[in-house]
Amino acid sequence: MPRFYTEEHEWIDVDGDVATVGITDFAQGQLGDIVFVEVPDTGAELSKGGDAAVVESVKAASDVYAPVDGTVTEGNGQLEEDPALVNSDPEGEGWFFRMTLSDKSQLDGLMNAQAYKDFIADL
Amino acid sequence: MTALNPAGWRPEMHGAGGAADTATFTGNRALMLEEPLIFEIGSTATTGVDFDEAAPAADLGALMRRDPIGLPGLSESETVRHYTRLSRQNYAIDLGLFPLGSCTMKHNPRLNEKVARMPGFADVHPLQPQETVQGALAVINELAVWLIELTGMYGVAMSPKAGAHGELCGILCIKAALEARGEDRRVLLVPESAHGTNPATAAFAGFTVEDIPGTAEGRVDLAALKARLGPDVAGVMITNPNTCGLFERDMKAISDAVHAVGGYVYCDGANFNAIVGKVRPGDLGIDAMHINLHKTFSTPHGGGGPGSGPVVLSKALAPYGPIPYSARYADGSFKLIEEENAGAEHPDTFGRMTAFHGQMGMFTRALTYILSHGADGLKQVAEDAVLNANYILRSLEDVLDAPFAASGPCMHEALFSDRGLAEGFSTLDIAKGLIDEGYHPMTVYFPLVVHGAMLVEPTETESKAVLDQFVGALRSIALRAKNGDPALKSAPHFAPRARLDETLAARKPVLRWED
Repeated sequence: MPRFYTEEHEWIDVDGDVATVGITDFAQGQLGDIVFVEVPDTGAELSKGGDAAVVESVKAASDVYAPVDGTVTEGNGQLEEDPALVNSDPEGEGWFFRMTLSDKSQLDGLMNAQAYKDFIADL
Repeated sequence: MTALNPAGWRPEMHGAGGAADTATFTGNRALMLEEPLIFEIGSTATTGVDFDEAAPAADLGALMRRDPIGLPGLSESETVRHYTRLSRQNYAIDLGLFPLGSCTMKHNPRLNEKVARMPGFADVHPLQPQETVQGALAVINELAVWLIELTGMYGVAMSPKAGAHGELCGILCIKAALEARGEDRRVLLVPESAHGTNPATAAFAGFTVEDIPGTAEGRVDLAALKARLGPDVAGVMITNPNTCGLFERDMKAISDAVHAVGGYVYCDGANFNAIVGKVRPGDLGIDAMHINLHKTFSTPHGGGGPGSGPVVLSKALAPYGPIPYSARYADGSFKLIEEENAGAEHPDTFGRMTAFHGQMGMFTRALTYILSHGADGLKQVAEDAVLNANYILRSLEDVLDAPFAASGPCMHEALFSDRGLAEGFSTLDIAKGLIDEGYHPMTVYFPLVVHGAMLVEPTETESKAVLDQFVGALRSIALRAKNGDPALKSAPHFAPRARLDETLAARKPVLRWED
């Protein structure tokens, strides 16, 4: 199952026609303790680069952007109760939402793990 | 009887050994008085005042309260002491330097207070017949004239009640102007260096917000801004001086470019105190700008008094400004322009934002400040504010990273980052350390464009001696953070409360008292 990364520090796991999206370990480290997460409603239409979710830490509130076009199939309801999951397991249990992919070719513009590692090393 | 508030003073926080480690019976420490919650002092079964038994009110029907309301019964002296004790655990501009960047906490001159308390200003009512409040209307009008003169603008809306309210007022003027032109422009451009309220205002007014990146030196990227301009752009919202503490040198070029495509320029004038008397925003092509009277004109702020955010408007936007406002007539009388007479006097107004005319108490204070300084004095306000901020910047740039130190002199505030602190030490630790030194911390983690930002605004009202003491304190804490002093990680040690768990407080806030 390939994983891609965006320059806005989202990760996206693609499994057939459905993808899971979250924020990277680097992102949660920069944000600090997460205190609130708002995930999109099921059925929400997302467009690549548009607002998809909101994450709030003790330092700042930030938007999480949709890495690709698609429709939300599920938001991670657990984050509402336990936003700390984003700190403890950002690239696993702390996923934000699942979505369908309208245009798989959009994945070509994203980074793989190595490219993302190089990208954050330069920040 | 036990300690007044067992969760409060902690004997162990004074370190090992010595008399300071001894717990007192009450929890008080001499003049440092502990205080429980008001519900913990007063019993709900007692009352502090003698009221007659209420007459039965049968006609209230379903609205009649059946259960006791549960308010604590305290005598007057208990009540006064409760709030006075709490106030002594607080920090205030009357106690010391309040270096909050972007929020400007400066001395509130007592002359302002004296004037604001004069019965002719303090005891008027907004519904009084206008002929009985001509003096108050004259004050509103006179302040308006000063604000127009100082900003080089065409008109001013005096009614907005705070800076962000003023932003909304200005953006609603832009919206009304676009509607009058029959144009549907949806995008407002907001640079990264703008105040956080700017994008919120734009979104609230129904516009789509698009970011404009900053340059490496901390200013708006003019090329990026120009590249985004087009027929869908309603305008820009720019904070100038910006939140990096820098003057946007390209302001006139930005305004010209925005006007060339039919857009309007909103300027967040919160930081006007850095340029008052030196630069007139009207000369820079700005169409609307709010002025925070507390920031530039020394009215109380932050719990000390309500905000007030008059908005100066260009000739293009002035016709759409809100009602009511105080107009001066040829015979020297003043009259409020409201719904009844707006049709004849101000037909294109977008409407009303407030019930009455604005924050009268702030108007009298701001006008007092302006008149007591005069034109030359106001110019010196800006010069001293900028001088003081640069003194802070240059006194600390050898121990704290100043990302835009090479961008030239700063304006009213100095910006530092957390670069160079020891592993595991952050801006938060420095802020907490400042509390132990007896200062309210500076603004932290804002602006977002700087990692671990620390934004310090000393204001023009502080002396060099005060600044030197602050610089000494901040320098010592910065060195502790660079050297990894473990005691700094748990600061504050001497505050009424030890370091709070801010994460837990945000995740599981306890917002109501329960028995």
